Parts: sequence; C-alpha cells; structure tokens
Amino acid sequence: MIPLSWYIILSAALFTIGIVGVLSRRNIFIILMSMELMLNAANINLVAFSHYSQTLTGQIFVMFVITVAAAEAAVALAIIILLSRNRGSIYVDEFNIMKG
Amino acid sequence: MPTLYQQFMQSMMPILPEAIVIIVGLTVLVFDFFIEKERKSLLGWYSLAGITIAAYASYTLMPMSGVFFGGTFHFDPFATFFNFVFYIACGLGILVSINYLEVEDIHRGEYYALMLFATSGMMFMASAGDLIILYLGLELMALSIYILAGFMRGSNRSNEAAIKYLILGAFSSGIMLYGMSLLYGLAGTTNLSGILAFLRVADLSNPVIFLAMIMLTVSFGFKVAAAPFHMWVPDVYEGAPTSVTAFMSAGPKVAGFAVLLRVFLYTFEPLREHSTAILAGLAVLTMAVGNVMALSQTNIKRMLAYSSIAHAGYALVGLAAGGPDGAASVMLYVLIYAFMNMGAFGVVIMLRKAGERGEEISDFAGLGKTNKTAAFLMLIFMFSLTGIPPLAGFIGKFYIFKSAVQAGLVWLAVAGVLFSAISAYFYLRVIMVMYMHEPKESIELSSAPSLALALAISVTAVIVIGVYPTDLLNYARASIAGIM
Repeated sequence: MIPLSWYIILSAALFTIGIVGVLSRRNIFIILMSMELMLNAANINLVAFSHYSQTLTGQIFVMFVITVAAAEAAVALAIIILLSRNRGSIYVDEFNIMKG
Repeated sequence: MPTLYQQFMQSMMPILPEAIVIIVGLTVLVFDFFIEKERKSLLGWYSLAGITIAAYASYTLMPMSGVFFGGTFHFDPFATFFNFVFYIACGLGILVSINYLEVEDIHRGEYYALMLFATSGMMFMASAGDLIILYLGLELMALSIYILAGFMRGSNRSNEAAIKYLILGAFSSGIMLYGMSLLYGLAGTTNLSGILAFLRVADLSNPVIFLAMIMLTVSFGFKVAAAPFHMWVPDVYEGAPTSVTAFMSAGPKVAGFAVLLRVFLYTFEPLREHSTAILAGLAVLTMAVGNVMALSQTNIKRMLAYSSIAHAGYALVGLAAGGPDGAASVMLYVLIYAFMNMGAFGVVIMLRKAGERGEEISDFAGLGKTNKTAAFLMLIFMFSLTGIPPLAGFIGKFYIFKSAVQAGLVWLAVAGVLFSAISAYFYLRVIMVMYMHEPKESIELSSAPSLALALAISVTAVIVIGVYPTDLLNYARASIAGIM
C-alpha cells in the first residue's frame, strides 16, 4: 500500500506548480490550466484522505469539484472568446485599460 | 400517515426560499424567449416579485429552526437575517438595473436570471453547515457574477473586468479548496460542527491547522475585498456595468461576511486567540489601503470601490472583536452598508446617459443647481458613508467600534476612527463638487420609476435606521444567539 504522505507530497507539488503558473504566466490558457492543477491538487488530497479515513465524504466532494471546475472553464472560455474578438489578444499583460 | 409526497415536501421546507429564487430564475430564462426586446423590463418586475415571495417564505418559516439534510444545512435565525440582506441587495439591484440596461442597450433576460442564481448561491453560503455546501454556494454566486461583470459584451472594459475577476476569483477558490481538503484530512469530516468538535480536542500546535485556517482566510478575504487581497476590486468595479457593480458591492461582500462569521466565530472558536490577531491585522491594513487609495481617485466608481474596501475593513474590526456583540454589530453594519452603497450607486446610474459616461467625479459639477433632488440624495448617502450622525452609517460604525473597545481592542477602534476621519475628505469632495462648482453644461438625468423607487427605499432606510436602530440591533443580537 502506498503511504498517505506520498499523496500529500504529490498534491502539494501540484498545488505549488499551479500557484506559480497562475502568478508567472502571461498566456491566459496556461493560467487556466494552472488553476485546474490547483483544483486537482485539492482533489488528490480529498480522495487520499477519504481512502485513509474510510469516509466517503471526500470522494463526494471531488465529484462536485470536478463539476464546478467544468462550469468555471466554460465561463472562462466564453469570456476569453469575447476578449480575443474585441482585443485580438490572449496575453494578460495586455489587458490594462484600467489602472491605478 | 402522510403520503410519500407530503413527507418529501415536508423535508424540503427548509430550502423553500432558495428553491423559490432558483425556480423564478429558471422561469425567467424560459419567459425570455416569448418577450420581445422592448418589454424586457417585465422580467425585472417578475424577478422582483419572486424575491418578494421568497422573502415572505423566509418570514413565515422563521419559527422553524434547526439543522437539516444530514447536518449540511442550517436553517437558523442567523441565516434568515442574512437572507433578508440578500433579498434587499438583489431587490434593489434589480430596481437600479431595469433603467440602466435600457440605456446601455444590454437588456436581456439572462441578466435577471443570473442575479437570482447569484442570490441563491449567497443564501446557501449563509446557511451552509458543511464545507461542500459552502463551496457550492460560493461557486454558484461567483460564476454568476463573473458573467454579470462581463455583461456588456462589446465593451473592452467590461470584458477586462470579467477576466480579471474570474482569474483572481478562481485562484482564491482554488486556495480555499486546498485549505478545505486539509481540514477534511485533519478532522475526517467536512461538517462545520464536526470540525468544531475536532478542534476542541485537537493539539492546536499542529501547523497544518493554521495553514488551513490561513488558506480559508485568504479566500474569504478575496470575496469581502480585504487588503492585501483587494487588487481586483477597483478594476472590476470600474469595468463592470454600474448596476452590476452596485449589486457586487453589496451581495458577495455580505455573503463573505456571513461565512466569515459562521466559520470564525463558530467553527474556529477554539482558535480564537490566533484568528483575532489575523483578523485585526487584516482590518487595519484594509482600512488603511481603502481610505488612503480612495483619496486620489477621479472616477466615482473607482472611488466607491476603494470605499467598499475601507468598509470591509470596518466590518472586519467587528469580526476581530468577536463575541455576540461584535457579531451583531457586523450584521447591522453589512445591512446598513447594503442600503447606503446601493443608494450611492443608484445616483451614479441616474447620471448615466447614452453617449456620455457620467462616471467621473467632475461630471457631478453643479448638480446641486441643476438637479436638487439627485444632489440631495447623493449628499445623504455620502454623509452616511462618512459616518455622520444621525444617519445609519454613523450607527453602524458606532456599534462596531464600541464592540472593539469592549473586547479590549482599543487600538483597533482608535485606528478605525482615524481612518474614517480620512475618509471624510473623499466623500465630502463629491458634495463640494456638486454644490460649489459651476455646472459644465445642462445635465439631463435618466430617471425611471424603478430607479426612483430604489433610491426612495435606500434613503428612507438610511435615515430610519440612523434615527431608530434599536429594534434592528436587538434582532441581530437575537439572530446570533443560535450559533454562539
């Protein structure tokens, strides 16, 4: 059996990659993917804890998180389509009409 | 012996208000197909009627109190109090929208449906007894508002506001989710009462508990616009359609405080010492950033955005004070804040005419001469936001700072009073521009019965609560009794 700590290390690594990705990338799609990584890091945690504590709540939680992540991606892509139509760019550092 | 159907309906009663709001939202989407473009305001009035029915349902169900759906849903006076604040925010939000959407030519039925969905999300947040419900309510609210922020599809500013809000909002909910997964791993349950039971017996020197608490704080800090998580606020408030900004500044912020109150004063009660330090620090920083940055703004929506950050700071002072008094003062404050902020945005919307933006503070020049009523209403709301007696804003701040002093956080109360003295500068500047500057050209206001009704309700509430706050405060105190 794989020890719990391995899962936690994996999820912490994914979470960190996600955070660094959101903060450092310019391309909006990569930012979105990094956010998915953050959510999936939490999912790994939830499933691992659920398995080791023998309670089902964590796995139910994961189902909801996956659904919400899909909805979020749909909204995000719709907004990105509008942006690329109106602005012709998907780089976040060019979205700077409002400042100060 | 009740039939199966009756049993089912009986067990669904606690979520009746939420169900009404969601069903009205869904039917708005259907009716939208059959209503021609010129008569979309019917949908607004229909949504408003739905909100009123939901409020009536909440009112009649008030005696029923308890925990339902296997501990995941609290139907208690605390949740009902916040539900009323959400009805007010959504109702006033719809009233200020009807005319504005016409002027901006974005009158589409989805708008009202999204507002209702967002409201139901907030209601679930306030009632949540489980991290899963909390997360789902928060996402339902947030996703609806991302779309609302980008509702002016052709406008670059609105698009930009939507993407900024979405990236930062999703980022913060990712952090929150990770914190929740850690809490679940520690406690073995996602139930708020279960986590409280775990924390009572747990070894509190475990750093993971603090990591989880800090992750939740960060994410709710985003939602209530507390510094240093406020970066999105000015841009989103400026870019979003003004009616959405009005709703956004009242609804999600209040929902964030509902969750903060329940999680910090109830679930994290054993961690009180540490959470007070974190919340007090956030409060000072938030008040400082909000009030100081607002000084140099020339755009009224941006100025009100920083003002809303500052007000989140005042409410955090009450949260840091804690206890029944602190909680009741926060609840009273967010209710008052919803009224006065909605009113201020209502006047901003009045100034908006097709073609000219009407969002610069200089656009208010001479309003006191050209339109006495609008200027006087703005004067009342600005005085109330500053906290000048006898208006409601003063009462709100008074009880917040009183509870901080009683909790021994005198330095925090002093800081709050000093920062609200700073805030007088930028609120009173609007009044100065209105009454002492000459009008640039004749300003024609866009007024409508719906907007007038919203302003009348807000201004009455601001004055009445200011003169006679006792009953409301007692009601807030009674509501908090259930969870503390």
